[in-house]
Amino acid sequence: MNAIIISAILGVVMMYSGVLTKNTSAIRNVAIVGLIVLLGLNMAEGCGYQLFHINTKGMMSFEKYGLLFNSIAFASTLIYFLLSGRDIEKVGVYVAEYFALIFFILCGVAIVTSFNSLLLLFIGIEIISIPLYILTGADKRNLKSNEASLKYFLMGSFSTGIMLMGITLIFGATGSFMLKGIAPLVTGAADAPLNIWLVSGLLLLFISMAFKVSAAPFHFWTPDVYDGAPSVFTSFMATIVKAAIFVAFLRLFDGAYGEMKGAWQSIISITILLTLFIGNITAVFQQSVKRMLAYSSIAQAGFMLFALFGFNEFAKEGIILYSAAYSLATIGIFAILIKMKDYTFEGFNGLGKSQPVLAATNTIFLLSLAGIPLTAGFFAKYYMLAAAIKNGTQFWLVIFAVLCAAVSVYYYFRVIQSMYFKTGNAETSTITPAFKYVLIVLAGIVILLGVFPQLLLSQMYF
Amino acid sequence: MVPVLLLLIPLFSGLALFAVKNENSVKTLALLSSIVTLVVALYGMTCANGSEYLIVNKEWLPALNSRFHMEVDGMGKVLTLLTALSFPIVFAATSGNRYEDSNRFYALMLLTQAGLMGVFMAMDALLFYFFWELALIPVYFLCSHWGGERRIQVTFKFFVYTFVGSLLMLTALIYLYFHAGQSFDIKAFYNIKLTSSKDALMFWLMFVAFAIKMPLVPFHTWQPDTYEQSPTAVTMILSGVMVKMGVFGVIRWVAPVLPISFYQYGDTITWMAIIGMIYASLVAMQQDDLKRLVAYSSIAHIGLMVVALFATTKSGMQGVMIQMFNHGINIIGMWIVVNAIEQKFGTRKMSQLGGIAQKAPGLAILLVIVALANIALPLTNAFVGEFMMFNGVFASTVTRFNVVFTVSAALTIILAAVYTLKMLQKVLFGEANAVTAQATDISFSVKASLVIIVGAILLFGVYPKPMLGVTSELVDVLLNKMTLTMGK
Repeated sequence: MNAIIISAILGVVMMYSGVLTKNTSAIRNVAIVGLIVLLGLNMAEGCGYQLFHINTKGMMSFEKYGLLFNSIAFASTLIYFLLSGRDIEKVGVYVAEYFALIFFILCGVAIVTSFNSLLLLFIGIEIISIPLYILTGADKRNLKSNEASLKYFLMGSFSTGIMLMGITLIFGATGSFMLKGIAPLVTGAADAPLNIWLVSGLLLLFISMAFKVSAAPFHFWTPDVYDGAPSVFTSFMATIVKAAIFVAFLRLFDGAYGEMKGAWQSIISITILLTLFIGNITAVFQQSVKRMLAYSSIAQAGFMLFALFGFNEFAKEGIILYSAAYSLATIGIFAILIKMKDYTFEGFNGLGKSQPVLAATNTIFLLSLAGIPLTAGFFAKYYMLAAAIKNGTQFWLVIFAVLCAAVSVYYYFRVIQSMYFKTGNAETSTITPAFKYVLIVLAGIVILLGVFPQLLLSQMYF
Repeated sequence: MVPVLLLLIPLFSGLALFAVKNENSVKTLALLSSIVTLVVALYGMTCANGSEYLIVNKEWLPALNSRFHMEVDGMGKVLTLLTALSFPIVFAATSGNRYEDSNRFYALMLLTQAGLMGVFMAMDALLFYFFWELALIPVYFLCSHWGGERRIQVTFKFFVYTFVGSLLMLTALIYLYFHAGQSFDIKAFYNIKLTSSKDALMFWLMFVAFAIKMPLVPFHTWQPDTYEQSPTAVTMILSGVMVKMGVFGVIRWVAPVLPISFYQYGDTITWMAIIGMIYASLVAMQQDDLKRLVAYSSIAHIGLMVVALFATTKSGMQGVMIQMFNHGINIIGMWIVVNAIEQKFGTRKMSQLGGIAQKAPGLAILLVIVALANIALPLTNAFVGEFMMFNGVFASTVTRFNVVFTVSAALTIILAAVYTLKMLQKVLFGEANAVTAQATDISFSVKASLVIIVGAILLFGVYPKPMLGVTSELVDVLLNKMTLTMGK
């Protein structure tokens, strides 16, 4: 509860800070301090220290799991602010508003990690989405940004509509919005003929969530939106937002439909298959690193879907680890990408010579995304595969997934090849020493989690 | 204690080298570090098998029930010694080579050594997988940065090949983990019982990873290109030590864990290996480039190890373990000569060489001995290994084709003699031409490292007892485990 209220308040504070001062670095510092407070209070709630006692009538519950994810999201955002805060200022003149919108998104994140009622899921998703539509179009004078924003808004509205329709059907079938209220009916439905309204509602809900996490075949908006949006905001929406929606996805199906596994497992298998295939194969053909990262985020979503497929303790732990590993690495890569003058692969040629720190840390992040041991990405993938294998069915899907992971090496390593083995003159904007230090710390965290993942996972239980 | 030192000395000295700028001190430090590692490995050889100095078992990932469990057993002793011995030799022999950013080059080399050591000592499947991949990453950077003209594509092909293999192995390891009561320990893996179809699936998933690494025909296409394009120091490590990871992996993680499929598919794989051996030998005969010749001859030699391995006899398995060491030493010797020739004459084409024997007698004598070891002549170490392997194949009771296998595998020895002697003839003898007319003998460091290798060749050729002694017990344990499973 701390996180929801504080982040909303901080959003308002940020809006007013824009009225009081035009000094952008002051605004940024307020945002950073606010975020640290938010992170601290969220962790405090994990230790039982609650600032607010509001009776949500069971519509929300705050467990270790959701709180831990909040902490990861806030900590990632903090690193994101430290790395790319200055670049947020360069997008346009409404700096305070950008920070405010990000805090509102974090409020939405905190809601979707703790909902018990479908209505709150809907509200959370909308609180996340609407600021994102604005941020996507933040670069007002850029036609691509406008196009991306409009596309995202239209497609997002459709998916919202579909979600509402699904919730309505489920309510019609069960008479309840609560996950706990739906669950018994689902269990009963296992041997009785399935309730058609319930199943259709579930399917619609699945589709809208798949849209939000850009799972194929509902991924078509992703490349254009990620490519068109200002890079700083792409970084945020491809990582923290996406991971949060995955947690919501898992929570929804874990709470309500766990028993119906068999019925929708085939749907999930097909989604995974398509997502991995389309994401990886299309990423191979990209010329721009930014667009490659958009497809790579689709491919990574395919791996995260294994959590839904597997549904066991490996899945729950894995999605936490995956969120952290994927978010940290992608934030790092985007932070470096934003500094580049040229977003194509050729733009990275010779970076290893001109900016050794950037190139070295970027390599670690890319290795993590590829899932090489000693980086957090390895254990993330490991947990997903373990979740699927423990499930015991459809072993072929796991083999397909690892083959796709091998394909992903192609496009991640292309960046490494450009940086180190090709000669060129990679141009960057000015790099501050502080930026490098944060990158090094970030790379250190990625490696630390790659050797001792329990540092993060044990937080779930203690 | 020994495993920790073998892992940490190269690891930390490798990391430290990134910070050293002076080229000469980089080379000295790298050599020094590798010699210290060698001393530790030699000390390990003297400890009794199973002694507490050779075992480390610490908590690592309690949630996954994976432990930092490393042990130098009989086979581990042989292979850690090979790893420890090859690096100082390689460093000494290539000390004349100049590299851009030499500190990174040597740092990555030492990190490779750390990865290899980990692979050979890990007794926990997840730990094994960790090192298996880690040994690959520095090599990727080494080959891509310091290799020949086509290095980027070629190295990438190599990387993708092995990465696909290792990911398939990872899925199998996770599957086995759940069937071993959620444990990665090798002892727990020994108790796994699977249905025959799953057993076969897991077998192939793991075997493909190892077969790519060896490489076994038809998974070999990365190998000649990579050997040719890599800087020679890396080629030495790749062919001398790294390909042994494949054979080693089969012995440690496949044979005792999935013996049923190991027996069932033994004949299929042996046929593959034999076809591959003959094919590789024939291709080797056609090569003009020295590096490619050695590369194909290496495929043939590894093929023989696979044949002997699947014969499942004590003599065969022990032969394989010894031969892994011998082949590593011999092929590094070959590469040192190739490197010396390339550095001196600027070419590796046999058609452009000739008459070196008169100009560089030292090189000629040493090359002849190494080459004779390559064809396993008596008195050389390879003879002992190959004799034991053939003996094992011939005596094998698990296959009906033991005689056929022995005869057709022995055929490749003749082929090996053909291409090796032809190589000697073209390179050493005949008339000196414009390229080789100005030849002088090799430098002291190259000569010294070749002398060490030749010394090892002759020593283990006449006195193989230490190697036989350390591996005997382990082979008994493995064979016992395999027959027990079959009995049930």
